[in-house]
Amino acid sequence: MSEPLSRRKMIARGLAIAVTGVTGLAAAEHIANRYGLIPPDCGGVWGAGETLTYAAQRVLMSHHSMAREFNRSDISKAIPVSGEPPSAGLYRELLGMNFKGWRIPIDGMVARPTSFSIDDLKRMPMSSQITHQACEEGWSFIAEWHGVQLSHVLNLVGVSAKARYVVVNAYDQNWDSLDMADAYHPQTFLAYGLNGDELPTPHGAPLRLKVPRQLGYKSVKFLSRITVTDSLKNIGSGQGSLAPDSGYSWYAGI
Amino acid sequence: MAHSTYIPEVALEANQSEIAHRPPLLVRLTHWTFTLSFFGLVVSGFAIILAHPHFYWGETGNILTPPLFSLPLPTMLGGPSGWGRSLHFQSAWLAVLSGLLYIVSGVASRHFRDQLLPLQRELSLNALRSCVRDHLRIKGLATNDSYNMLQKLAYLGVVFVVFPVTILSGFAMSPSITSVFPWTVEVFGGHQTARTIHFLLADLLVLFLVVHVTMVVLSGFTARVMAMIVGRPIARKEM
Repeated sequence: MSEPLSRRKMIARGLAIAVTGVTGLAAAEHIANRYGLIPPDCGGVWGAGETLTYAAQRVLMSHHSMAREFNRSDISKAIPVSGEPPSAGLYRELLGMNFKGWRIPIDGMVARPTSFSIDDLKRMPMSSQITHQACEEGWSFIAEWHGVQLSHVLNLVGVSAKARYVVVNAYDQNWDSLDMADAYHPQTFLAYGLNGDELPTPHGAPLRLKVPRQLGYKSVKFLSRITVTDSLKNIGSGQGSLAPDSGYSWYAGI
Repeated sequence: MAHSTYIPEVALEANQSEIAHRPPLLVRLTHWTFTLSFFGLVVSGFAIILAHPHFYWGETGNILTPPLFSLPLPTMLGGPSGWGRSLHFQSAWLAVLSGLLYIVSGVASRHFRDQLLPLQRELSLNALRSCVRDHLRIKGLATNDSYNMLQKLAYLGVVFVVFPVTILSGFAMSPSITSVFPWTVEVFGGHQTARTIHFLLADLLVLFLVVHVTMVVLSGFTARVMAMIVGRPIARKEM
């Protein structure tokens, strides 16, 4: 029992562990890819943490676990604004016309590429939610948002069965993407109203995304375009959004 | 001294004080991976705070609401909180996985029961009083091989209370985790309360680390550190 292991035995055991490890990792990667458990920003030094978090949460969460909703009495009296409205000429022009003529195209892997005006969106079934939005900086507020479920719009244009992500672009050059689990989640909104009113310009007029199961930066403001795709590799730096370029996670459910 | 694998039969032949000095391999291994992850968590936690060094109580809190307290730190947006968050969550994974392995191995090897569970006699008022007195005078640290009552309580409290609640208050700040388990935030009474408690408990853990390292230094740094690396103190005659 106390006899030390022979060198040959040690090497054999080491090899066995290495082979098991490599096979195990390869199998894990195959399974993870198949079930969509690998985030687009899985490379680099933070890739391990990103992948573990995303995979764990996708396994843990049903597509229908709902972000907490609150009462009207919980709504924050005032909402801080982070960032400035886009300075781009096109946005300024639209703002000057009170977004008359503004339309949002939905294209990519869809059967019927379409563009919608704000009135088109307002004619669709309206949903409201009183949810908590936390900024990754640490602060938070509760507000009531009004809009149309993204899933409703996606169903209208007919998304291909092969599609894996919904990419949103904004007038301030920001862009981001959602996997299908979040894109079709009942609380994922295209929001055009805030606290019973029109969506104010600093909060993303005329239309912003609301993704209440993720941090605030995922709720992209000033939407200009929506594209359905099966791969994010050729968009930007290929990491699914602008956030990973500055060190933040693509998946912001934490 | 060829290998440091824990072999119970051999250990039984050794004298009692040496057994007390010999943490199981997994406890030693996870101690150091945990050290690494804890360092990452503290550094990145500080980087994250720089984005908003204000703390609140309740569900919401922002620059338009009165803070419970603010830290005298500059507000730095961008950089530090970006890599800070990535380092924080990656370190958190390492910490949680190390912590779970540590607890499983600590239970399986009876490390907790033998080393950390208070004995009946230690719980008497007299014993506690003399323990506190010795502790304050830094008496018997280098000679004592087993943990005293205060150490036992501190370790048990950190491992089984402070760390789990810190992790839970971290979960409470995740909008996706709270969508599955709303109670993780409800037990704290709100998102911002959880954030504040997370910060305060982290401070408590840093304080524990300071005391822990101080005690290691006072009780013979090299021997204690070697004990936690190879499983026995280097000063012993076998070395």
